[in-house]
Amino acid sequence: MAAQTGVRGLLRYLPVLPAVVLLAVFLAGPVLWALHASFTNAGLTGRNARNPDWIGLENYQRLLVDPVFPLSLGLTVLFVLGSAVLGQNLLGLALAVLMRRARRAVSAVVGTTVVAAWVLPEIVAAFAAYAYFSRDGTLNQLLGGLGLDQPDWLYSWPMAAVVLANIWRGTAFSMLVYRAALNDVPSEVAEAAQMDGAGGWQRLAYITLPMIRGSIATNLMLITLQTLAVFTLIWVMTAGGPANASSTLPILAYQEAFRFGDIGYGTAVATVLILIGAVFGAVYIRLLRESKR
Amino acid sequence: MTAPAKASRVVPPGEATARTRGPYRSSTPADVALLLLGACFLLPLLWLVLASLDADASHETRVPAQAGLENFAAIMTPALLLQPLWNSLVLSTGTAAVTLVAAVLAAYPLSRYRSRFNTPFMYTVLFGTCLPITAIMVPVYGLFVQLELLDSMPATILFMAATALPMAIWMTRNFMDAVPASLEEAAWVDGASRMTALRTIVLPLMRQGLGVVFIFVFIQAWGNFFVPFVLLLSEANQPAAVSIFTFFGQHGAVAYGQLAAFSILYSLPVLALYVIVAKGAGSPFALSGAVRG
Repeated sequence: MAAQTGVRGLLRYLPVLPAVVLLAVFLAGPVLWALHASFTNAGLTGRNARNPDWIGLENYQRLLVDPVFPLSLGLTVLFVLGSAVLGQNLLGLALAVLMRRARRAVSAVVGTTVVAAWVLPEIVAAFAAYAYFSRDGTLNQLLGGLGLDQPDWLYSWPMAAVVLANIWRGTAFSMLVYRAALNDVPSEVAEAAQMDGAGGWQRLAYITLPMIRGSIATNLMLITLQTLAVFTLIWVMTAGGPANASSTLPILAYQEAFRFGDIGYGTAVATVLILIGAVFGAVYIRLLRESKR
Repeated sequence: MTAPAKASRVVPPGEATARTRGPYRSSTPADVALLLLGACFLLPLLWLVLASLDADASHETRVPAQAGLENFAAIMTPALLLQPLWNSLVLSTGTAAVTLVAAVLAAYPLSRYRSRFNTPFMYTVLFGTCLPITAIMVPVYGLFVQLELLDSMPATILFMAATALPMAIWMTRNFMDAVPASLEEAAWVDGASRMTALRTIVLPLMRQGLGVVFIFVFIQAWGNFFVPFVLLLSEANQPAAVSIFTFFGQHGAVAYGQLAAFSILYSLPVLALYVIVAKGAGSPFALSGAVRG
C-alpha cells in the first residue's frame, strides 16, 4: 500500500519531467562538464579537441601565475561596483524619488526614455553606446562644445566608457524596482514625519530607505548577477581591449576559449565566474527565505 | 524573486495613481533634475534615430542635411534583412513555445499538490536563474561539439528554453496559484482527468499570465546575442542579432546609417511587445530581469 501511494505520488509529478530534463541537460550538464573540462587540456581544434588529456590542477595553477587573470578579476569587480552597485543602484533610486516629486508628464516621458535603453536588444544598445563614446561621437561633440578635451574614450578610458554605458543600459531595472517599492510605502508615514518637521532628506534617510531595505537588498543582488554576466556590451564597444584593459571575466573566458583555442583554460576562467555567481545566488536565496519568514 | 511575485498581482490603475500622489507633487526643481537625467539617457538613442535617416551618417549626432529613407531602402533585401529576421522569429517563437509548455506542465503539480518536494525544488530552480549564462557558454559550446549539435536550430532553441525556464516556472506557478482549485474540482466530479481540467479550466483562466510569460521569454530570446553567436555558425541560421554584428563588423566603417536603420527595424518588434505587456499586465514589472547578458 505504501509503495502504491509512493508510485502514485511520483506519477502525479510526472509533468515536471520535461522541465527537469531540459534543466539537467542544458544547465546542470554544462556546469558539471565545465568542472570536468577545466581539469583537461581540451582545445578548440586539433588533437586536443577530440581526445583531451587530464592535466589536474594545471589550468588553475596557470590562473594564479597568469598576470591577466588577477587584472581581469579586478576589472570585473570594478565593473560590478562602478556600474551596478553604485551607478545603476543610486541613479535608479534617485530617478524613482524624483519621479514622485516631478510633474506626471515629465516623469512619464523620462521613465519611457530610461526604460527604452533597457528594452532595446543588447546588440543595438551596444552599437548605440559604441557610437556615443567613439572618437567623433556624441560625447566628444558635447565636450567640444564646452571647450573641453576630447579623448578617445574607447582607447584611453575603456573602463570608464563601458561602466557608463552599462549604467545607461541597466538603470531602468533599479528604477522600476524602487518605484514599486516606494509605491508600497504608505503616504501617511511620510506625512506624519513631515508634521514632525522632518525635511526631505531626513525623511528619505530615516524613514523611506529603512522601509524599503528589503527591496534594496534584492535589487543589489539581482543587478550584481546581471552585471557579472555582461558580455555583449563590452565585446562590441572594446572587445576587452586595448590590451586586456577592459576584459572582464566573461570576455577573458571567451577570448581564451575561442580566440586562443584553449577550451580547458577558458573553462577554468568560466568556472571561477560560475562559482562567484553561485555564491551571490546562494546569498540572494537566503535573503529571500528570511524575508518570507 | 521580485519579478514573478509582482507579476501575479495586477494593480488596478486607480489605486496606483492615488498612492503616488504623495504630499509633495509637482515641484519644479525635481522636474528640471529629472529632465536633465532623461536627456543623458536620450542622447545615445537620438543618434540611432537621426543616423538612420541620414544617408552619410557618421558617429556624430546631427540633424541630417537631407533626411530620407535611403538607408532603410538599402537594407530591404532578403539576404540582409528578411532571412535574419525570419531566423530570429523562428528562434524566439520556438524558445517561447517550448518554455511555456514545459513551465505549465511543471507548474501544475507544484501549484496543486502539497509535498516536501515543492519548496526545495522551487529554490533550486531559483538558483538556476542566478547562474551567469555567459559563463556557461564555453562549456555549452564544448557540450554541443561532443553531441554534434553545433549550428542546429532545434538544439539552440532547447538550450535557450532551458535558460529561460527557471524564471518562467516561477512566473507560471504564481499565475496558477491565483486560479482557485475549487474551480477544477467541479470538473473532476464530472470525471475529467487532471490534465483535462488543466487544459479546459485552468489555462483559459490564466491566459493573460501565459501571454506575459510567452512575451517575456520571446523578448529575451529576440534580443539575445551571445547564445546564437556561439552556437549558430552558418549564415543561413543566424538571427538578426548575430548577422547585424558580423555584417557591420566587416563593412561597418562606411555604413553607419544602414546599421542604425537595421537596428531600428530589428528593435521595433520587442518595443511593441513591451508596450503590450506593460499595458496589459498592469505593471512593467512583469519584465524585470528581461535583460540578462
